Amino acid sequence: MSRDVLLKLELRSDPSMLCVVRGAMERLTEAFGFSAAECRSVTRAVDEALTNIMRHAYRGQLDRPIEMFCGRVANQTGGERGDGFEVLLSDEGPAVDPAKLRGRALDEIKPGGLGLHFIRQSMDVVEFKRANGKNHLRLIKYLPPAKQS
Amino acid sequence: MQISARRIDKITIFDVSGDIDLANSPELRKALLKEIKESRTPRVVMNLVKVRYIDSSGVASLVEGLKASRDAGTRFILFGLSPAAREVLQLSRLLKIFEVYDNEEQALAP
Repeated sequence: MSRDVLLKLELRSDPSMLCVVRGAMERLTEAFGFSAAECRSVTRAVDEALTNIMRHAYRGQLDRPIEMFCGRVANQTGGERGDGFEVLLSDEGPAVDPAKLRGRALDEIKPGGLGLHFIRQSMDVVEFKRANGKNHLRLIKYLPPAKQS
Repeated sequence: MQISARRIDKITIFDVSGDIDLANSPELRKALLKEIKESRTPRVVMNLVKVRYIDSSGVASLVEGLKASRDAGTRFILFGLSPAAREVLQLSRLLKIFEVYDNEEQALAP
């Protein structure tokens, strides 16, 4: 799978940076060719993923490192969909228990537990792995074939 | 995010502007719960016309406000949802549990 780099960011785990990343994602996803609704959707997923890192991996510490990479991945599965917008996020927090990455059921009215749900609803690929002492989250959203630039 | 409160008769209106995310949702939660639990205001109205974005922590704060108002036997109302805010409440299947209006006149009606 070929991959073109669109953006690389190194940021600290400070929630005041979330609006900065959202601004960048809104522009980047628009330039990539997504519709307004798709731009909001991808931006929301990235925002929620960063929020999870800040809250759960770093437990509110403001100065821990987060690496972010955005790129274009060529679709090689035929004409069913266009190229993909890929986001890779990595943090140096403790290993995450995969069992806790399911999110909660929505049939209960209670605060919390919605972030993962938003991520899974927004993205076509959501993969998590632990490697080299870091947590790595990979998200991909594919363009519809007609929108491929 | 900026938040300010107005009082009309026995109604408190919170005018919120900007983005609601992890950086400021605790402030929103604190203001809401104080008004509902401590002041026991009969109707708390959230003016979200100028809110462009709400994340899951912001939604959680609104849900806490709703639950507190139900416990207190009061009303908790939202109005002026942007497309992004409406989307988030729909995605979380929470839109139907809130009392939502298009504008302030509707939200303040008896």
